[in-house]
Amino acid sequence: MKQDLLATAKSEGDVTLRVWRGSKGGGRFEAYTVPSDEGMVVLDVIHKIQALRAPDLAVRWNCKAGKCGSCSAEINGHPRLMCMTRMNTFAPGEEITVSPMKTFPIIKDLVTDVSFNFEKAKEVPAFKPKPKEADGTRRMYQEDVDRVQEFHKCIECFLCQNTCHVIRDHEENKKAFAGPRMFVRYAALEMHPLDTNDRLELIRAKAGLGFCNITKCCTEVCPEDIHITDNAIIPLKERVVTEFYDPLAWVKRRVMGQRATEPGKGEPEPPSAKA
Amino acid sequence: MVDTHSYDVVVVGAGGAGLRAAIEAHDQGARVAVVCKSLLGKAHTVMAEGGIAAALGNVWPEDNWRVHFRDTMRGGKLLNNWRMAQLHAQEAPDRVLELEEWGALFDRTKDGLILQRDFGGHRYARLAHVGDRTGLEMIRILQQNAVHKGIDVYMECTLQRLLTDGGKIAGAFGYWRESGKFVLFGARAVVLATGGVGKAWKITSNSWEYTGDGMAMALEAGADLIDMEMVQFHPTGMVWPPSVRGLLVTEGVRGDGGTLKNKDGKRFMFDYIPEFFRADTADNEREADAWYEDKKNNRRTPDLLPRDEVARAINTEVKAGRGTPHGGVYLDIASRRSPEFIKKRLPSMYHQFKELADVDITATAMEIGPTCHYIMGGVRVDPETAAATVPGLFAAGEVAAGMHGANRLGGNSLSDLLVFGRRAGAGAAAYASRTNARSVDQAQVEAAARAMLAPFEAEGGENPYSIHAELQDTMQSLVGIIRTEAELKDAIVKLDGLSERVDRVSVEGNRQFNPGWHLALDLRSLLQISKAVTRSALMRQESRGGHTRDDYPKTDAEWGKKNVVTRARGGKLELETEPLPQMPEELRQLVMSEEKQGAPA
Repeated sequence: MKQDLLATAKSEGDVTLRVWRGSKGGGRFEAYTVPSDEGMVVLDVIHKIQALRAPDLAVRWNCKAGKCGSCSAEINGHPRLMCMTRMNTFAPGEEITVSPMKTFPIIKDLVTDVSFNFEKAKEVPAFKPKPKEADGTRRMYQEDVDRVQEFHKCIECFLCQNTCHVIRDHEENKKAFAGPRMFVRYAALEMHPLDTNDRLELIRAKAGLGFCNITKCCTEVCPEDIHITDNAIIPLKERVVTEFYDPLAWVKRRVMGQRATEPGKGEPEPPSAKA
Repeated sequence: MVDTHSYDVVVVGAGGAGLRAAIEAHDQGARVAVVCKSLLGKAHTVMAEGGIAAALGNVWPEDNWRVHFRDTMRGGKLLNNWRMAQLHAQEAPDRVLELEEWGALFDRTKDGLILQRDFGGHRYARLAHVGDRTGLEMIRILQQNAVHKGIDVYMECTLQRLLTDGGKIAGAFGYWRESGKFVLFGARAVVLATGGVGKAWKITSNSWEYTGDGMAMALEAGADLIDMEMVQFHPTGMVWPPSVRGLLVTEGVRGDGGTLKNKDGKRFMFDYIPEFFRADTADNEREADAWYEDKKNNRRTPDLLPRDEVARAINTEVKAGRGTPHGGVYLDIASRRSPEFIKKRLPSMYHQFKELADVDITATAMEIGPTCHYIMGGVRVDPETAAATVPGLFAAGEVAAGMHGANRLGGNSLSDLLVFGRRAGAGAAAYASRTNARSVDQAQVEAAARAMLAPFEAEGGENPYSIHAELQDTMQSLVGIIRTEAELKDAIVKLDGLSERVDRVSVEGNRQFNPGWHLALDLRSLLQISKAVTRSALMRQESRGGHTRDDYPKTDAEWGKKNVVTRARGGKLELETEPLPQMPEELRQLVMSEEKQGAPA
């Protein structure tokens, strides 16, 4: 049966992908040609390659509808979801390459080790709500939750983490930098109408907000169109500046003793990334 | 030496039910692990769109658990386990409010409370939601909560076999997807939260994970499955282009005013109002449209009849030649609501059609058709504790059965995950605290390991992908929305043939992250559960909910008193009928009442 399928001749109705195959030790692009269907996305072609050409081709996917954020890859070098990249967006005859996300260590083929993101998530202090209203309810108004709902759209595809030049070409920065996805998470908590936890010191120091020099690469690749830089990162930077570098706030803290840590003391500014 | 771990409670699956179970078991003091096939946060729950059904009464103060219970039982054609439906209706509001305590941000009413939307089969606007991405909100909040509690999560780890000792649960055995190496969990209790088996059908809204492995493991360990013939085909899946066929289109489109039309522009659902729902359903367009704003003086639009009714109606329209060019019908919200409204309420539907089908749903109607979505049947459980019939085994969510009877109402799944996920976690923790750790039977482990490696040893066998495609074709054409004895018997023969071929399947490459091997293993559970579905469907000689027999088109009162039970004995499936638990008279009257308002609180 398999022989018959392989014998299918390349025709007008065929589509070719150059897919990165390999593991930790290295790899190369392999070209695969399979029959084409109307409306195909890159992930459909990958599935067809698995079924007809390379059954052990490793790829992550789940929903195939842009909702789960599993099938992140680099398509012709652009970080994208394979399930939301239509084949008809490429010019006829255009070479199409699919490679794994570059920022994370390779496991096999298109699958990378994204545990960095899950480790950073563990460092985020939990949501801590203020007391309920007198009538026992939680009242929040739509206009107050709109901006946080934007952050909650994140599907954790980690394309923003992948594209962020602070860590893309600087493995050494990963230790002290949480990345755009986590800044969206921090922003969601900081701007949550009910939350009382204070994470600003953590955001400044451990999460490495200062590394970001707002080039907006993360925003550009976000499949959910979250305005990561404008709506999450910049407001967080402003809050950090107000909290730690505003002289009035500093005096207030000294007098009122609101904070245990003194800003700007003992801890050097995080180095800015070499973009 | 096999990678070995030991816990009080092992939860299999990290969707809504699994995470809620893990959180509860942890809070009750158990040492808990969550084991899941994908990365954390990618489980099927993430795809849920419309909302969580709970009688919060924020939009309609008339709503209460009794009305929700009545809707659920009637939607399930009275085959539901009444006690599960009761607990579900009573506890769902607390479970939703709890998510808010953990940071969830639902859409709001003008008064700042949780907004609720209309959905099929629900008397009142009842679904707490976040636009059309409610599942994402729910899974993320549960995921973050579990992470903050320090619960151990084993990602990309597939469990293949439950281990038993003297008929009681002793642990579970499987493999790491990344390395292909084996992993063994010793556990006093196991909670199955593995979802359904939708990947057995060709046109499906389900992901690769839905291969029925939880049900297959439960069967093998000696547990009962019930109601396996009850499969839900969601009325509205995408039909064009072919690559997205089956992708879900939320019921929220109709909940927010969208209506179904055939190729002649006729709102055909008015022709398909069954006697059972006649008293609750509008019989003209004016009343149907007025219902959205005024539920006291109008009956519900037939566009929002329960899913089984709508899916059958669409099927009939298409077969009668009144379908769209691509074999669906039209779902039109463009002519009924403003573009701003549609984009605000249904952002991911807008995005999905725009990106994948070049259709602007604010300007033109969508083409939709039924898609395999959910299985009401599954592991038989105790309503209070979610205990299966094997000591130490628990099940919650889609893998469990009873709650939804013959047909699930939209929105009742997410609430089911929360209510019974919590109950399963509590049940498992309590069981674990009063039982000793059992010993692992090495013979069981070795047999499972041998079976898992067999596809590497077989030479010249078939490619698992082609067998999977044939299985999907078989289930789609012979065990679909409309069934007959002849086709079901034909399916049984075909499934037996596929089983023999699966035994000889061979895979290429090595054990490291090898999807061909993974599929070869998944095929065994897919086939076993497909057989359970098909044989149960053959046994039930009536039409009810998600089970429609062309040769027995009527609902039969006698069959309404029975569950079809599936067991595996000596590797073979055995089926029989057993009496359905009967609900107390007071609840029965409530369910059968034809009052428009349901019943007072």
